[in-house]
Amino acid sequence: MTETAPDLDRLRGDAPPRNHDARTIAALTANPGCARRGLMDAAGVDKDAVARHLGFPAPFGQSQFAITRGNAFEAQVKADGCAELLTLLRERLGLDVAEVAYDDLEVVAGNEGRELRHTRTRRLLARALETGEGTLFDHPLLRLEIAGRLAYLEPDVIAFQVRGRLHVIEIKSFAVVDGQAEPEQVAAAARQSAVYVLALRRLAAELGHDPGRVSHEVFLVCPENFSNRPTATPLDVRPQLAVLERQLARLTRVDAILEALPGDLVFEPGDALAESVRAVEARYAPECMAGCEMALFCRDEARACGATGALGRSIRDDLGGVDTIATALALADGSLHPSDDLAETAAQLRAAARLRDEALLAARGGAA
Amino acid sequence: MSVLSSLARLRAASTGAAEPLATVRHCHLVDAPLVLVPLKLSGEAAAPLAVMLGAAPDDATLLVVPQPRNRDLRFAFAADLAKLVLNHIETSHGSVEELPPGKEGEERIRYGNAPQLLVPNRGGVAFLRLLGRSTRFRGTEGPYAVDPAVPVLGRWLTWFAERHDHPGSSLLHAMTELLRLHWATGQSSLEDGNLAALLGWIDPPDGLDGPSAAARAEDPVACPPAGPTTDPSFDNEVLAPAIAAYHESHGDPRALERLRAAVHGQVAPTWELMWRAVGVLRALPEGASVPGRWERDRDAFTYYHQTFGEAYPQARRDPPVRAARRLHDLERAQDAYDAQRAFDDPLVMAEHRLSGQAFGGLVTECEPDRLDETGKRPKLRPLLRIGTEDPVRLDPGTVVCNAARPALKGRIVEFDGGGVLLELTGGMGRRLTAEPGTVPGVGERVCFTSLSEGSWGAARFPDREDTPWTHGGPPAEYVPTDEDAEEDWS
Repeated sequence: MTETAPDLDRLRGDAPPRNHDARTIAALTANPGCARRGLMDAAGVDKDAVARHLGFPAPFGQSQFAITRGNAFEAQVKADGCAELLTLLRERLGLDVAEVAYDDLEVVAGNEGRELRHTRTRRLLARALETGEGTLFDHPLLRLEIAGRLAYLEPDVIAFQVRGRLHVIEIKSFAVVDGQAEPEQVAAAARQSAVYVLALRRLAAELGHDPGRVSHEVFLVCPENFSNRPTATPLDVRPQLAVLERQLARLTRVDAILEALPGDLVFEPGDALAESVRAVEARYAPECMAGCEMALFCRDEARACGATGALGRSIRDDLGGVDTIATALALADGSLHPSDDLAETAAQLRAAARLRDEALLAARGGAA
Repeated sequence: MSVLSSLARLRAASTGAAEPLATVRHCHLVDAPLVLVPLKLSGEAAAPLAVMLGAAPDDATLLVVPQPRNRDLRFAFAADLAKLVLNHIETSHGSVEELPPGKEGEERIRYGNAPQLLVPNRGGVAFLRLLGRSTRFRGTEGPYAVDPAVPVLGRWLTWFAERHDHPGSSLLHAMTELLRLHWATGQSSLEDGNLAALLGWIDPPDGLDGPSAAARAEDPVACPPAGPTTDPSFDNEVLAPAIAAYHESHGDPRALERLRAAVHGQVAPTWELMWRAVGVLRALPEGASVPGRWERDRDAFTYYHQTFGEAYPQARRDPPVRAARRLHDLERAQDAYDAQRAFDDPLVMAEHRLSGQAFGGLVTECEPDRLDETGKRPKLRPLLRIGTEDPVRLDPGTVVCNAARPALKGRIVEFDGGGVLLELTGGMGRRLTAEPGTVPGVGERVCFTSLSEGSWGAARFPDREDTPWTHGGPPAEYVPTDEDAEEDWS
């Protein structure tokens, strides 16, 4: 991911690296045990292109209506130096925002280079934390250490400074109706915001400030009811932060994954691509469908080997560690003798099979 | 999810066909349900794009908003939809049953039937709920006046969506939920959310098995999604150009027809699936307690229909007393529904047997005439020993009842290796010898459970004007405002 990682750069072949974005980060916390996703993200591989080449294009098409609406809403909130946003912060949340300065960090002197942008983000935020200058910092480019590697994050958020503290403001175009929004969307937004809060906290610490200067309270700006009017809702992301920090600490180090792989492995389009991808172990669960471009490929692979995980995490949990459907069914009909650690699961399965067959038989009128 | 349903999924995955999770139908199905297949515009909370609706497979009406961003067209759509839905509601209540007068001598009636709405999935229910919310406060006079039917529709849709939350109610159902209640597939619950894939496992088209039918269902070109969200490629490649063409032609009927045809192609396959699913469900025999639950549904419908004119639109948020009462009602309904399903269906009871709350087996010993003579008067207390392999997790002293005839009650005396000794306490008649046929004999297969229906009594809640200060005191009376009536809908 960074310039100091030639071994990872090699994995991409000639393709340019991709930054982490909201989707890869969501996948990161949703499925930290997946080596395949971890490695491909760390190397900045274009998973979308890989999946398409493998014949399993990711089902993440976006409707132009949704894109238009999202962009229009964001533009409206940010118009005239974030005039509407400031009104919201002052009136709805009762924040005392006196002077206003707006800095857009998306492009630095016509250059979109990551290092340059990150340097500018650092410089401005350092000044803000020291002097209290600056209010709104749009499109900051952040860095976060993921699995032993520094990754750039491209958050579509605003860092907002008030009363000496930095808050993350996230603009989303899903509606808040009578103070309620769809729980999955709020949860996803909270998970993403937590990543940005964490990255900002690490940055503050690097700059020699108290990480607590970055607040765990983020502001979610969404359309209100059925209108285009924005409304702001404070969101406490402490639970998500705790999960994220734990997951990041537990992530298998990419170096360790890399060591176990052949030295000439490369995720380049070509006949060997599928084989290269299969060389890295995946841990598929249906939740992957929501966040990972490789999900359809991994699902196909999991189904082909009869993995219980393809049926859902709760099933795998119910089966207490039995990995394949064939094994579970053999335990259920008694044709396979369980090892000691599976004795309890096997007993449950056998009881379930007996009760199910008895009930079905009774229902067919053949009461035994 | 229990090991029992997990096992059903495993078997389905290995055979390629859905496995039953129920042996009877646990929901009511009216003769002519109103099937609705709604579509909304992507990225919007509740901007309707289209709905196909009707009460018979060959009687579909397609309503389309040719420019979903146009407020007037949207309300015209809502008015058209209102007329159809309200007409269905008014024509489905059937005859009126006179009931015995209530406690205070008031007249009570119950409609002989009620309207039933069926949508493809939970998204469809959520959409109806939001459509109800966005239309029920509208004013029918003044500068933002809408057709008088629009707020009426909003209130009814809100009511149906609230009934959907009520466990065991059959007034509004999401088809995927209904099918999942009765069958397990060999795919994950995420994929079961796709109606075409789910039905593909249960009733695959000719020449296909479950997995191949489900794979076909995931191709949005062969099988357009069941809504309310449309397929993004359809939006980008077909819908957007068609809407633009309609817009630029200033309402040219040919452009409108092309747009309607495009939308029709997206909803028609789901329409077919819905009716096929209705047929599949109808083939199951109805559970014994389903008519009783439908009677509660008819009561609820009768009450709302009768008091419709006196009430305001449902509040945005329930006031405290109403919220507490509603939660209590939902919990009671859930409890009763779970128990009733188990009593109706041995396959559901098997779940409780596996979890240890029920046990079944053959009667090995029986003492039908035993009397308990320790008290002042002798009592009939037959003893029954039941041989069972089930993992029973009930303590001695627990009161249980017979699954086949819940009136027959007993108390667990002791367990020993593979058997339960039971003392029967009730449900055998009033004399000192049991009524013939009430006490199971040796060799009979029986099942006893600690489940019981209606273990919760109805709680009493204060009146609205007596809302305690801990809950904010009595809430303010609702007065409709212009602001409600003219709320943005963009």
